[in-house]
Amino acid sequence: MSQSFDAISAQLRKRHRRSARLKWTSMGALGLAGLFLVLFFADMLSKGLPAFQQAYMQVELEYSEEASRMGRAAMDPEVARLVSRTFERVIPRMIRNDPDLLGTSETRWVLANSQVDQYLKGHASKLRDNERAVVDELAEEGRVALRFNTTFFSRGDSKMAESSGILAAAVGTVMTMLVTLAISFPIGVMTAVYLEEFAPDNRLTQLIEININNLAAIPSILFGLLGLAIFINFFGVPRSSPLVGGMTLALMTLPVIIIATRTALRSVPDSIRHAAFGVGCSRWQVVRDHVLPLAMPGIMTGSIIGLAQAMGETAPLIIVGMVAFIPDVSASFTQAATVLPAQIFTWAGEPERAFVEKTAGGILVLLAILIFLNASAVILRKKFERRW
Amino acid sequence: MQTNHLLTLFIGGLLLLGLLAFVLGRAKAARVRASGQAMYAQPDQYAWFTVISSAGPALLVGAAGAFVMLLLGADIPVFLLLAASLAVAAVGAIVGLACVRPEFHARQAIERVIRWLLVGAALISIFTTFGILFSIVFEALRFFQMHSFWEFVTGTVWNPGASFLAAAGRAGEGGSAAQFGSVPLFAGTFMITAIAMLVAIPIGLLAAIYMSEFAPQRVRTLAKPTLEVLAGIPTVVYGFFAAITVAPIVVNVAGFFGLDASFNNAVAPGVVMGIMIIPFISSLSDDVINSVPDSMRQGSLALGMTQAETIRDVVIPAALPGIISASLLAVSRALGETMIVVMAAGMRPNLTANPLEDMTTVTVRIVAALTGDLEFESAETLSAFALGLVLFAVTLSLNLVSVLMIRRFRAKYRVNNL
Amino acid sequence: MNIHVAERSTASMSRHEPGQPVTRNSEANHELSIRVRDLSLWYGESQALKNLNIDLYQKNVTALIGPSGCGKSTFLRCLNRMNDLIPGVRVEGLVEMDGRDINARKMDEVALRRRVGMVFQKPNPFPKSIYENIAYAPRMHDLVGRKAEQDELVERALRDAGLWEEVKDKLHQPGTSLSGGQQQRLCIARAIAVQPDVILMDEPTSALDPISTATIEDLMDKLKRQFTIVTVTHNMQQAARVADYTAFFHLGEIIEYNDTKTMFSNPATKKAEDYITGRYG
Repeated sequence: MSQSFDAISAQLRKRHRRSARLKWTSMGALGLAGLFLVLFFADMLSKGLPAFQQAYMQVELEYSEEASRMGRAAMDPEVARLVSRTFERVIPRMIRNDPDLLGTSETRWVLANSQVDQYLKGHASKLRDNERAVVDELAEEGRVALRFNTTFFSRGDSKMAESSGILAAAVGTVMTMLVTLAISFPIGVMTAVYLEEFAPDNRLTQLIEININNLAAIPSILFGLLGLAIFINFFGVPRSSPLVGGMTLALMTLPVIIIATRTALRSVPDSIRHAAFGVGCSRWQVVRDHVLPLAMPGIMTGSIIGLAQAMGETAPLIIVGMVAFIPDVSASFTQAATVLPAQIFTWAGEPERAFVEKTAGGILVLLAILIFLNASAVILRKKFERRW
Repeated sequence: MQTNHLLTLFIGGLLLLGLLAFVLGRAKAARVRASGQAMYAQPDQYAWFTVISSAGPALLVGAAGAFVMLLLGADIPVFLLLAASLAVAAVGAIVGLACVRPEFHARQAIERVIRWLLVGAALISIFTTFGILFSIVFEALRFFQMHSFWEFVTGTVWNPGASFLAAAGRAGEGGSAAQFGSVPLFAGTFMITAIAMLVAIPIGLLAAIYMSEFAPQRVRTLAKPTLEVLAGIPTVVYGFFAAITVAPIVVNVAGFFGLDASFNNAVAPGVVMGIMIIPFISSLSDDVINSVPDSMRQGSLALGMTQAETIRDVVIPAALPGIISASLLAVSRALGETMIVVMAAGMRPNLTANPLEDMTTVTVRIVAALTGDLEFESAETLSAFALGLVLFAVTLSLNLVSVLMIRRFRAKYRVNNL
Repeated sequence: MNIHVAERSTASMSRHEPGQPVTRNSEANHELSIRVRDLSLWYGESQALKNLNIDLYQKNVTALIGPSGCGKSTFLRCLNRMNDLIPGVRVEGLVEMDGRDINARKMDEVALRRRVGMVFQKPNPFPKSIYENIAYAPRMHDLVGRKAEQDELVERALRDAGLWEEVKDKLHQPGTSLSGGQQQRLCIARAIAVQPDVILMDEPTSALDPISTATIEDLMDKLKRQFTIVTVTHNMQQAARVADYTAFFHLGEIIEYNDTKTMFSNPATKKAEDYITGRYG
């Protein structure tokens, strides 16, 4: 006869306690991972949100003869020290472009330098005490204020934190992604179609399959070495260009698109293929007219996810030289360009405090784009998801 | 510029020829059809066939010519090459038109071409792997001609500083000779990887256990994609996070305990890399744990085991190959991770066991060697490829072992165990 | 709908009255093991078991038969609360064992499962060695101490399950390396090593070949000297061969519960007769 319930329960007490402990620790681990995520986003938001505001100040400008040679002269020297040097350089050009300005004066809002900006935001600033007093006074009069930072979205990189922006990098990203998609989408889909619909089950096919899985796990920096050694040194593709960056990233994105497309093709039931074969379609016609259209949402979802991945990639682009200083927006595939993550990398290396804010601001923009892409992939999948 | 113009002209010409071939082919097929003869294929298919027979060979000739120019350095004038291609296109179109006959299987011919195109696309992924391999091996061999392999593998000093002088033919002027001993780099890499794994494996595995064994369905469907957000954050962002936020925290905490930590310590990139890798481990482990058949759990519970005992002694051992495979993939990922260490770890090769000191990694040195205005022929630049070769070999073998393990796991549980 | 109600009324008339022993099998033991009163079970909204009343006797084999989907497996799983694992299951009514309501809040289902073991439809050995498959649970339950005791227990369990001769030379090979029938006997050995009172068997032979089935049936006959066995089967010959008592389930109700001889020679209800003679099922 076995033990009574009470005897067993007594023996079990300790074991139940241990069981509960595993439950709580494992729950804690998940919570910890979630906490990391929350802390990370909180940190990025707190560091990056101020980047979307920038200090501007109202100054009186006198377009004198001297100012047409040296912009500083147009302003009160006390104020001139607080204005962005980028603006100072603009003044002579303004006068040159519009000679009527000479001799006139006006009051306008101009970009303040990053020290004023940081001071107003309550961060460490290199302003001297007397300069701080001036800023305080101006602030009281409402002649210096934080406004929405349009510069950040309308300019390229700059050595001056206050006038640097992400537009050049964003355009570079778009150009690079165009190249990436143009290469990896057709090749990826074709490879997947071949492997799923045409390939015989032989050694070569298995080799290709193993190879694709392996390619997905190769460190991204090695793709950079490939880009450098083959695309740049061998084929002579211009260094730092969206073309070489896009080609390199295309090879990285290829496995993602292939794997997603194969999954999508596999989820199309065989009955569809049989039906199409039954009415006399050839294999290619079956794929083109029946299987591919049904698999398209899955293929699009996979491609968007692959694109999002490529968009955040930095290491291989550094190797192929896409970390150049790009102050002007250029929409050429063969000229030097930079991309958002590379811009973030460059800014992160700047010693000036104001650039930390720009870096985090750039990160927020990048994350927003990635979240948008991934969310649209999810929505696409939800919308077209079909159970057979 | 000249080449670009020529290229535009060429493409325009080719398109024109293609269009011509299409129209003519279609017209001829339609005429034959109208005359009442039965044909094997549709007029459109004949038309497409003519297009392919005109553009295909032309593109092949163009590509082959470009390849010969690049590879053999043969000096073929671009103009001549493109003209030749266009001529081939014209000939192809005529041949294609001649083929438009009732007894010709245009559709089959087209599909044969399509099939070969698909095969070609599938081969590109193989070319990529070989491209990586060859580009790395070739340059690495050149490096090993300059510096001994043995020194590279066993040397404990990495000091490439003087190599650019050697490349400029001024060896011996810069004082000490360059040294390429990779041991400190690998030590740093493994230290940071180890820290990352210490963070990622326990948290990832426990989170997977919670999601698959304890959590209510609703929590599970929410938690998994949320965790995967961690894997979707670009590494450059993690690098910034590690350098700006985590490193000072580590320094402060170490200072609190009276320890001296560098701002480029190994802990910050290690921990952040670990956080990034959590979802790799948790998602894969969760899948694997879920695929352990429920009958295992029920068998254990029916013997009077508690849930934790069932998980520890039955579920985890059954899922172990999958969990190990996930961890190996994670290790491979950590070894090859670049941006986090470039931004948060040190530049100084430092052979130490103290994670609070600054140390550098293989990937950091690769980036350092290939950025800046170095001569490509210098030993330092080439050393990047030697390091890349080792990285490639290590990650490749880790991936292969991992794939084999997960295959065995699948084979074990997909089939009925009768 | 009307027909259904009519059927139910005839069924309840001829249903075995709770508390009243069914026709007795002369050699059988009649000590009560598990008493079930008004047991109902819902999967979400749909009711799977309807007011079941049954007494299960110690050291007997009780077979549960009936067409598939009739609730016999669900009922079996009520006896060691394996249904707890399925979300959305609600149980009402009394299942009493050793004077305790096993569905009571205070009842520890882990303790219950130690006394009510289970063997499943498909053999499910742990991914461990044959030896560990058996020694694992007793060790966790502190039933054995020293290695020698453990060895002895493993041997006894394997002998009781009739597997010892076949595996004694390969105790440290994985349990999954055995054949299907051997795996199922390993699972039985694993269950009896914990020394439960009751062993539940959920169609234990449905995944096996005829020879393994015969071995397991012989085994059940031997094991009933030590254990109360409740088995679900949809093989009527098997019920007739191994069971002392048989309960016939239909649409979540027990239509008839009787000693096996009576059930198969002279069933009291039309429905049971139809099922047994193969009119449906």
